[in-house]
Amino acid sequence: MNKKIHDLIILGCGPAGITAAIYSARKKIDFIVISKDVGGQTVYSSAVENYTGYQVITGAELALKFKEHLDMFDIDLRMPEIVKNVKKEGNIFVVTTDRDTYYSKSVIVATGRVPRSLGLKEEEKFKGRGLTYCATCDAPLFKDKDVVVVGGGNSALDAVIQLAKYANNIYIVDIAERLKADPIMIEKAFSYPKLKYFSNSKIAEILGEKFVEGVVLENTNEQSKIELKAQGIFVEVGSVPASYFVEGVAKNKDGEIIVDCACRTSVEGLFAAGDVTNVFAKQVIIACGEGAKAAIAASEYLVKLK
Amino acid sequence: MVLFNESVKTRLKSIFSQLRDDVTLKVFTQEIECPTCKDNTNFMREISEMSDKIKIEVLNFVLDKGEAEKLKIDKIPATAILGDKDYGIRFYGIPAGYEFNSFIDAIKMVSLKESGLREDMKQRIKSIEKPVNIKVFVTLTCPYCPMAVEVAHKFAFENDNITSEMIDTSEFPHLANRYAIYAVPKVVINDKISFEGAVPEDLFLNYVLEAIK
Repeated sequence: MNKKIHDLIILGCGPAGITAAIYSARKKIDFIVISKDVGGQTVYSSAVENYTGYQVITGAELALKFKEHLDMFDIDLRMPEIVKNVKKEGNIFVVTTDRDTYYSKSVIVATGRVPRSLGLKEEEKFKGRGLTYCATCDAPLFKDKDVVVVGGGNSALDAVIQLAKYANNIYIVDIAERLKADPIMIEKAFSYPKLKYFSNSKIAEILGEKFVEGVVLENTNEQSKIELKAQGIFVEVGSVPASYFVEGVAKNKDGEIIVDCACRTSVEGLFAAGDVTNVFAKQVIIACGEGAKAAIAASEYLVKLK
Repeated sequence: MVLFNESVKTRLKSIFSQLRDDVTLKVFTQEIECPTCKDNTNFMREISEMSDKIKIEVLNFVLDKGEAEKLKIDKIPATAILGDKDYGIRFYGIPAGYEFNSFIDAIKMVSLKESGLREDMKQRIKSIEKPVNIKVFVTLTCPYCPMAVEVAHKFAFENDNITSEMIDTSEFPHLANRYAIYAVPKVVINDKISFEGAVPEDLFLNYVLEAIK
């Protein structure tokens, strides 16, 4: 067991966590970073066109640039590690992961958001067997296959655009009346001739023995059901904040950690930054700024402790 | 053909300036029936031109059958990374996209003779006495995949009984079928145990130990 008490533990290594780590390294704070990956949600974005200084850059490249900046410092990065619990015991934070337990005087939660699931009982059974949450990872595996994309926002249409390079028939299943995605994304996606759109619809059931073989679609307006044959299901129905493991902190009804303008939470010494918080607008550039604020606030907090 | 632009080359040269011992890329290719073999060979040639520590040997999969058999190369395009000996590190398909990271790390590991694994992990891996083959199925657009490939290659580096293969799933559809690859990274150990996702080193090792039980 790791008995050392760090000054700071940063959870997450996306735009907010990386920026917080860079600020903390420059302030020579004793800290570690715990994360399941590097880059967070950024790496799944096929193009970022609103990060100042870059007219257009893929999310992957931008994340790589962040990581290169981080690598200038000698940072203790524990990865891949999954945080299971964060709580304050007396004046010390106890961070439990799937591998170890860590202690610190302050914590910055920058764990971002994770994909929302469909909420079907057979979901677990089909994960990695045709049901996937990472279009950029798995799209090439569905060459000439029929696939369903669930969702109607930009990420769903982005999945369609990526799948169009490989798949045969693509079906968009959207719970809403019409697509919410930006017109430019819709235009791009619908240039693919074998695309079919099902509005007011959801997946009622996933069919298949061991692997996905099809879906039952339910039209919520007409209360009707149809069956579609498909070997792949790409879930793009938005995300939820990765905050469930933080104990005793105030969250809003969506599960976002409530922060003030200095990224302070309802727990003294616990800071939060980026998409995991209730900050207005979930954007890469905002998450970076929030990470910087959290690091500065944590550093001031640590100075006062001493 | 120029695959790497000047800024990438400058960065790679600076990474390669840290190399210490010679590394040999044994590249297996074939004129026909392998559309990407030529690209892979060009890719490896350009890499080797960036450092005098990186040697390249281009071999024909059919004509140099003996060498292919010795290194247990069973499909192409294939690249084996050798140092003072064969560490069992293989890349099947071009290690481009995200796998460029795992490829560069493998070169560094073989040249510097350091896997970076924790000491207790090294000891546990070194004590494995049975043959282990680790296949890591990836796509080049998968950000998680290099993590799984790097762990597998580190294990191979530490123990001569272990071989480790990065396999670009899109390049080998028959293997994708045979091993039912519907999500990546997917790791298959001794054709017996398989799991999906990038897992921490010690969990990965548990799967390896399970496979040789």
